[in-house]
Order: sequence, then structure tokens, then C-alpha cells
Amino acid sequence: MAHNEFRAPEAGLAAGLLDAGRGPLHPLAAQTLTAALDVAWADPAHRHAAGRRARAHLDTARAILADALGVRPDELSVHESPERALEIGLAGLRHARRRAGERVVASAVERSVVLVSPGVEDPVAVDRLGRLDLDAWSEAVSAPGVGAAVLQSANGEVGTRQPVNEAEEMAAAAGVPLLLDATASLGRDDLPTGAGSVVVADAASFGGPPLGLLAVRTGTRWSLAGSTYEAEHGRAPASPWVPVVLAAAEAWRQSRAEHADESAAARALVDRIRAAAGNVRDVVVGGDPIDRLPHVVSFSVLFVDGESLVDELDRHGLAVSSGSACTTSSLRPSHVLAAMGLLSQGNVRVSLPIAAVSPTREHDVERLCAALEDVVDAVRGRLGTADL
Amino acid sequence: MSAGRVEVDARGERCPVPVVMAARATRGLPRGAVVEVMADDPVAAVDIPAWAWMRGHTVEVVETGDWTVYTVRVGEADDEGGGGGSDRST
Repeated sequence: MAHNEFRAPEAGLAAGLLDAGRGPLHPLAAQTLTAALDVAWADPAHRHAAGRRARAHLDTARAILADALGVRPDELSVHESPERALEIGLAGLRHARRRAGERVVASAVERSVVLVSPGVEDPVAVDRLGRLDLDAWSEAVSAPGVGAAVLQSANGEVGTRQPVNEAEEMAAAAGVPLLLDATASLGRDDLPTGAGSVVVADAASFGGPPLGLLAVRTGTRWSLAGSTYEAEHGRAPASPWVPVVLAAAEAWRQSRAEHADESAAARALVDRIRAAAGNVRDVVVGGDPIDRLPHVVSFSVLFVDGESLVDELDRHGLAVSSGSACTTSSLRPSHVLAAMGLLSQGNVRVSLPIAAVSPTREHDVERLCAALEDVVDAVRGRLGTADL
Repeated sequence: MSAGRVEVDARGERCPVPVVMAARATRGLPRGAVVEVMADDPVAAVDIPAWAWMRGHTVEVVETGDWTVYTVRVGEADDEGGGGGSDRST
């Protein structure tokens, strides 16, 4: 097929990349990072001139990133990873409310780092689209002994948005504060205004480096047990490396300028993938077709393993990820697919990079759509399941 | 094995084989026929009910000590895809 031989001449680092969970930096964020190595390398906690300069740059970057989350700079701390920001954010809510209760209510499709946190038992069910069961949520947050609740703005694997405002109202009625996990959404999709007593995001979601952003809104009861932390409003053992924070801030500035066009374009491309996958025999497309993140889609193919499918697409120069068990070291499939009751074998997960990171994005999506049926047939043929 | 009841032993098999075996066994069976699948792959706990839903079959799941028994009752025509309504009990 002609598509398979074609290599766009201008294709850069992100050619064929349909797995943007941790993609290359936005080009201007990469430039900022390089420039910042010369001016902002010092520890911002130190008093010498270089330290003070780094501190000034950090303050500027913090103001930009706080604006990204709709909070004030003194509400925002920066952490080495989004996972760490989720852990710390939740630990602080839980500790401050330990007299009310130790339990944490979370949906069954939250990120693994949330689901293994202390106090999380019996996650709240979701439907086949991956959307929270609000009746079950209401019951869970109203039960005695609940210290905090966690809900994602949207799911990073299948794209489905969550009913954040309704869920937060139910939690608030029971006096339970909500941690909003926006790690899959920020910069890609608008967040509900003012939602979450605590909000966590990841600069990688908008073309920055992987970086945890933790906002604790003023008035929220939040404290860490026996903490001696001094950096980042007492939330971190050390100051962040400032060049990375500056790169994140630049990625946000760019992403904000591009957001409206970018979202609409990504949405249309994902619509094409959903249609192409849905046309292949015995392929089930997951998540909400409309009320979803613009850039994410997941589908599963009966009678093949995810590993073969990912490898076959890789041979076509298309990089996708998968929630199938056979593609990871774990024996278990993605807990998100399991919670939704969605087929996990032959799973393909697409997360589109932003256009500025991948100039060949549209072409890559076209190639995926054109090749998909042949790829599926080839893998089924090899596994002897084509007749089923 | 009782009449009208097919047994499939997929113990020791890994994804996607248990679902492939279940699909082979149900192919061409009339509505209401029952296929009992034994499997110990943890992935089958997700994928046998998910496959059944895509095919319009219903499944009952009973865990024994070392493996799980999936009792699949054939619903709509087996060669039609696209999740019909079904009871899912996992």
C-alpha cells in the first residue's frame, strides 16, 4: 500500500506518534528549556545572585501555571511528577480531615496511583462508557468515615469526561472535599470553573515536560502529618529544577494561544479514527463518542492480542499504546477497561500529540485509518482466528 | 457432559486464547444453547463477559478455587457483532 512507504520529509521527532502521554516538548518549550539552562540553573532557595535569579524566574513561571489552573500563585506548588502531586494532594486532604474519617472515595477508573493510595477501598463503579455512577457516588460520599473524594476531569485512556460538578455537589453536601485530577485534561479540554478543593495537573498534557502541578484552594483544610517540608509552600522536600518549570510555563502559554483550533482539530481527527475502527469487523470502540477529551480514543479488537497489534502498527511507523495485559509486564489488563466491561484483548490506545509537537499528526491519523483493517486482518491471519 | 451443554477447558491458556476457544465452541449453536468455559487467565474475567456482550450472549461467572467457570448462554445469532443488551454478572 502506497501509504506504508510514504515518509513525510518534514517529519520530526514525533513522526507517527499517536501516543502522546509523554511526547516530545512543544518546540518553543524546548527552546525555553535550553535558554533557561544558562539563566535559571540555581537552587531558588539560595541567597546568592544566581539563586535569586532562579527564584525570580520560578515566581514568573508559577504565576503563569497558576493561571492555567485558575488559581493564585500562592495556592500552586510544583512537584517532580504528577503522580507525586496526586499522592501529596490527597495525603494533605486526608490528614487534615482525619477526625471526620480516613476513607477516600474514588471512581474505579482513577489513575493507579490514586487507587493504591491509603484509604481507597471499594472504588465507585462506572458505566460501559466509563462514566461515574452518580447514585453510587452519592451513597459512597455520604457514608460515615469519609475523609476525601477523588475524581478525574476526564479519563486519559478512553477519553470520557466525568460529571465533576454534580459529583462535587454531592461530596460537598456531605462535607467531603474533592481532589480533581486534571492530569489528562489541562490544556486539551476546558476544566469546570472553580471545581475541586485540590486540583492536580501535569504539564506533559499540554506539551510541557512531565511535571506535577498541585493547587490547594485557599480555605481548604489541608496539612501534612509531621511535615518538615520547607519548599513549595511546605509541600515538597526540595525546590523544583527551575528550567523545567519555565519550559512548562512556556508550553502553557503556547497551548493557551492554540487551544480552540487545536481542540477542534484533534476532535475531528479522533472522530475519523472512531469511524475507521468501528468499520472493522469485531472491533469495539470505547468511551463516550461525544462527551470526551478531544484527543483520546481507545478501541479493542476481538481474537488478537494487543502486543501483536502494537508491533504490527509499529512496523507501519505508527506508535500507539495499549491497555491489554499482554503488552505489559502485568498479567492483568488495564483496570479502566476492566471497570467498563470493555474488551481488553487487542486494545489500542491513541492519544494525539498537539499539532505544534507533531506537524505530521493529520497524515499519521490518515495512515492509521487506511491501514487498520489490513493490520487487523494480518494479525488475525497469523493467529489463525480470521475465520471467527 | 449433559445434552445441549458444551464444555471448554481453557485452563492454562492465556489471552486471547480462552475467548477464541469460547467463540469456536459457540459458533453455529442455536439461541439458548449453553457453553461452559473453564479458564484461569485473569484476563478472561474481563474478556469473556466483554466478548459475550458484543455477541449478545449472557454469562454467569462462578469462581472455584483455582479457576473460573463462565456459563455462556447463546443469545442473538453468533455471527453478528455489536453489543446487544445482556446481563453481566462478574
